[in-house]
Amino acid sequence: MNDTFDLRSGETHIEVHKFRGGTIIFATVFALFAQAFLPVYLPKVAIVDLPLLITIYFGLSRRNPSTGLLLGGAVGCLQDLLGKTPLGFYGIAKTLIGYAASSIGGKLDTEHPAARFALTFVFLALHQGIIALIQRLLLAHRSEPWFNMHLAVAALVNSIVGIFVYFFLDRLRKS
Amino acid sequence: MVAIPSRHRALFLLTVVIVVQVLFLAVQIQHADKEGENHSLMRSWSVGLISPFERAGAWGVGKVRGTWRHYFALSDAARENERLKQENDTLKLENTQLRSKASEADRLAGLLNFRESQIHVPMVGARVIATSPDANSAVVFIDRGQREGVKKNMGVITPDGVVGKVIESFSGTAQVLLVTDRDSGVGAMIEESRIQSPVKGLGEPLLNMSYVSNDDEVKVGERVVTSGMDRIFPRDLPVGTIVEVKQGSPPFKFIRVRPSAQIEKLEEVIVLLTTDPLVTKKLAPAADASGPSAASPTEAVQKQASGKRTQETSAKTQEKPR
Repeated sequence: MNDTFDLRSGETHIEVHKFRGGTIIFATVFALFAQAFLPVYLPKVAIVDLPLLITIYFGLSRRNPSTGLLLGGAVGCLQDLLGKTPLGFYGIAKTLIGYAASSIGGKLDTEHPAARFALTFVFLALHQGIIALIQRLLLAHRSEPWFNMHLAVAALVNSIVGIFVYFFLDRLRKS
Repeated sequence: MVAIPSRHRALFLLTVVIVVQVLFLAVQIQHADKEGENHSLMRSWSVGLISPFERAGAWGVGKVRGTWRHYFALSDAARENERLKQENDTLKLENTQLRSKASEADRLAGLLNFRESQIHVPMVGARVIATSPDANSAVVFIDRGQREGVKKNMGVITPDGVVGKVIESFSGTAQVLLVTDRDSGVGAMIEESRIQSPVKGLGEPLLNMSYVSNDDEVKVGERVVTSGMDRIFPRDLPVGTIVEVKQGSPPFKFIRVRPSAQIEKLEEVIVLLTTDPLVTKKLAPAADASGPSAASPTEAVQKQASGKRTQETSAKTQEKPR
């Protein structure tokens, strides 16, 4: 069985990538652990949203909306369980991001670092927008901003970090 | 049964997953309203599952750091020892002066009530083992929980000042909402003028003092302390220092406060093991006469504690292997 294949043979050469066994689970658990643990010693690291980067990466690589949204949902719910937000808060946001990433991944070639940078920036902004929307619609809170300068910087930093994280995760693909 | 076309399957799945999570949210919000004391079992399990790894991680980092500091990074130890000795001498002198001031204050009616009452306050030291994995909430996990008597709504402090309060307590871990979180608030007052107003978190390093009237005189640099009105923190614990004052939208001023505790560099904290309000007797008029120049009991206790810590540090440094 081929590990990669053309999604639309004859039209484009968009490959669906598979990973070594346990990579997705390990990367997800590690991202959640690192997100909770590293800021204790390096507070500035908190600006990086590793669980979101993992959701975006596997969504773009696997290019299957069903697995993308389920992975996003699982990552988001775990994030909720380990934080103080109600279960489903980040779950919904990351489900939608996982779905969007895998849908876009099925239509565009997302292997180039520039494309990944731009997509990560857009998904970060979208993620924030969804969170603000959930707060307003479901939790009747108005504290979360739609977008501001701090979030723009965070999106920029995440996009840059994402390029390196994605590059590392590319090494774990089945060749 | 109606078959779903394969191209719509993902969309169908998306709808199901979102609806389920929205229902989850709804159920939780109702629960939070009815029984604020409880936390969900799933959350408790998740924290129980992950906290041993976080605890092991914190332990490992502590060991590696300790090994590095005690065995490899000794090049500046002698110089540091000298500096610490000098600092220790200075602090001893300050300590003596403060003791003298404290005993003087003791004779004044009620000025040391606060300090005396705090001696009997049960408290426990805790280590910060993790933060919240979501960047939008200022929450940390500590390695003390129900086993050590930590309960919801207990105050968390450092010798520098107020840190936050316990919002969830599990068997060996607890979750602390930091003062900088958007949902956080502390009953506070300006130390000198005694103007009271809650101090709220904004989700950023500075805090907001919300309800000080535009007619009140407030200066940059003034210290903000706890008022005890929130029934979580005792009076006169340092909260922060005012760094910005502007005329706000009437009738309140716009006041920003920098927290006294180093919220972004928390490693060890103290949990006040009581949710009962700490009783402080009313200060005698003579206390006011001592004026702002007299050191407050809290300050005196803190400086003494800090002096003691420095002595211990110096002693440890002297014991380092060479």
